[in-house]
Amino acid sequence: MEKQQYTIIIFTENHIGLLNRVSIVFTRRHLNIDSITASESEVKGVYRYTIVLVTTQKQIEKVVSQLEKLVEVLRASYYLEEEVIHQEIALYKVDSAGLANSNEVEKLVRYNNARILAIEKDYIVIEKTGYKAETQELFEKLEPFGVLQFVRSGRVALTKQRKELTSYLKEIEKASEKSDKIREWKLNKTDDTAMWL
Amino acid sequence: MGIKMRGSMAVIQSLLAEHVDTIFGYPGGAIMPIYDDLLQHEDKIHHILVRHEQGAAHATQAYSQVSGKVGVCFGTSGPGATNLITGIANAQIDSVPMVVITAQVPSPLIGTDAFQETDVVGLTMPITKWNVQITDAEDIPEAIAKAFYIAVSGRPGVVVIDITKDALLNQLEFEYEKAPKIRSYFPYPAINMQSIDAAAELINKSKKPLVLLGHGVLIGKAENLFREFVEKAEIPVASTLLGLSAFPSSHKLFVGMLGMHGNYAPNIKTNEADVIIAIGMRFDDRVTGRIADYARQAKIIHIEIDKSEINKNIEVNVAVHADVKTALTALLPKIQANAHSSWLNEFKELEAIEIEKVIKKECTPESGKIRQGEVVHLLSEKTKGHAILVTDVGQNQMMGARYFKFENPNSLITSGGLGTMGFGLPAAMGVSVVVKDRPVIAFLGDGGIQMTIQELGTIMQENLAVKIVVVNNNFLGMVRQWQDMFMSKRYAATHMVTPDFIKIAEGYNIKGRKVEKREELSAAIDEMFATEGSFLLEVMVEKEGNVFPMITPGASVSEIVLE
Ligand SMILES: Cc1ncc(C[n+]2csc(CCOP(=O)(O)OP(=O)(O)O)c2C)c(N)n1
Repeated sequence: MEKQQYTIIIFTENHIGLLNRVSIVFTRRHLNIDSITASESEVKGVYRYTIVLVTTQKQIEKVVSQLEKLVEVLRASYYLEEEVIHQEIALYKVDSAGLANSNEVEKLVRYNNARILAIEKDYIVIEKTGYKAETQELFEKLEPFGVLQFVRSGRVALTKQRKELTSYLKEIEKASEKSDKIREWKLNKTDDTAMWL
Repeated sequence: MGIKMRGSMAVIQSLLAEHVDTIFGYPGGAIMPIYDDLLQHEDKIHHILVRHEQGAAHATQAYSQVSGKVGVCFGTSGPGATNLITGIANAQIDSVPMVVITAQVPSPLIGTDAFQETDVVGLTMPITKWNVQITDAEDIPEAIAKAFYIAVSGRPGVVVIDITKDALLNQLEFEYEKAPKIRSYFPYPAINMQSIDAAAELINKSKKPLVLLGHGVLIGKAENLFREFVEKAEIPVASTLLGLSAFPSSHKLFVGMLGMHGNYAPNIKTNEADVIIAIGMRFDDRVTGRIADYARQAKIIHIEIDKSEINKNIEVNVAVHADVKTALTALLPKIQANAHSSWLNEFKELEAIEIEKVIKKECTPESGKIRQGEVVHLLSEKTKGHAILVTDVGQNQMMGARYFKFENPNSLITSGGLGTMGFGLPAAMGVSVVVKDRPVIAFLGDGGIQMTIQELGTIMQENLAVKIVVVNNNFLGMVRQWQDMFMSKRYAATHMVTPDFIKIAEGYNIKGRKVEKREELSAAIDEMFATEGSFLLEVMVEKEGNVFPMITPGASVSEIVLE
């Protein structure tokens, strides 16, 4: 089966150790995560993980249902490249010595839509946001000037679809109500099957 | 406003609120405050002091299975907790609810490699449904309430709560709310009527339907509905190991056990059925054999509460993502009464072959050494299938599952997914705490009993009645069988010299008898059941007996061999 790049987005409650539980789902299957980012979402108290990996359609389906099974996970879903808008941020620390009497770096910064974050006596720090290929390209162009440090963040991604977290939360609330009703019926608190059928 | 108390008392009060009346456990430094407070509630909660924490975990699991309640066990920090691990993994993989409470070093010492510190949450994360560490006394009641709710609802599992000693000693205001709302957890999926309709249509049109009965039927307490369903549509029922006893073995629709050492007919017919209805089972590799040749001709309907099990091993045609009881309630009115007598007869024909080639020789031999199947057969006959059979792992397990006839639900307690040797004796002990009106049989190999034999001490102290049957072949029989079949009889590390089990039992004040001759077997079994309390019966059996039929590793279900 063909492998491709997927972006998994997980909405979770805030719980210590959840990152560990999430990563176990991947490591158990020998799946290499390319990047992982976590932050609070637009809804207070709901956290959003963005995970990027290359795998098959079958694997990704299994992984996502394993993730959804975790008690603190509200929802997990996966997306193809064209279904998300995503970016990464890169920082470059460039040796000032290599810059002497040259405006090459300044040009690079301008043409690549990067910006200078800091200028110190010995070095400057450049920042660029973009796709991985773009931040990589800038790295390669800066290399001749002496890149002292280079760091790139994990992917952050938004989905193109018009279904947002708030509507998931509403769905979840409905599912909870149904679940509670089935539970009551199973506990023999009622024999009215109509309330969940 | 709640009542002021310390954390350890809040643990006890929370357990009382959950109607816990039995706990298996073992004390130690960190957990001592809980034990101290338990002393004041001895009239309501009976604590059973085991001889090893692994025994506590297995006993707790078995207790859950037969009592229908959530079993609880205690262990102290460090080695107490690590000794519980095997039992936790075992219960989790077999979807049995259990709440495990471990104590932890004081929170300021966490992460310092303090005396008896282990990362219990980290260690048990992959083998629990949920776990949490509590460092604040205030959090105890809610964590325990969540633990009970999560453990038993949906697909059940194990919850571990690790509580630091300072949290046990600090004061809190105790208030308890059962089954608190957990926004991200909705364990019972809503019924999708389209999937029910699609399933009903396939079933109603089917000429050669086959039901695969799994543990989910027992867990979902859907035995009666299940029976109504299969009787209405007249569908043969084949069971997984853990599904056994959900449906009477004597029922005319029961065609036997699936899988590696299951029965001949249901395995072969899996590859001939036109519709397979898998109910509360997960297509384990021991059931499916070679996946590539598993039921390719059949349309498969999978009724399963855990979405991640659907399409995991076997791609299905109709997925009914639901609890078994809700699914069958919705499905039953849409099922037409039907008859499949010629299809059922095909099972009978294959069964006759198995009886002739395997079962007669195993269960009613006239010469040679006593055979394991023969012992099971007699135990089953003498108890008329009304006993609870607890097995260990190995040949004894397969013989027990194959030849014991079950009439009541939850009558087989065995280690399925993990295959844990040493499970049998402590599990039988856990059963005997609850079940007083039916005999509890522990059916064990000479290897398995020695893994947890120390629990004889607990059985003695608690005056429990366990009928312990050790089938002694002086071998790790199941491994020896593989060496026999696949390694040209190179018996590496499988021969085992065994101690005098009767003397050991005697040391624990348990009566016993050793049998070597066929003529003595029946009377010895009678003596065992007639003796009040526990009894250890050691039966010397054929050393190189093999379990058949067998789907050899890598073979397809239809390639099952009889010898
Ligand atoms: C804890 C554990 N260790 C090892 C095994 C592997 N194993 C499976 S069956 C078996 C042999 C069991 O021998 P015995 O208890 O004498 O029972 P028999 O098969 O002879 O009935 C072994 C070693 C296991 N299942 N569990």
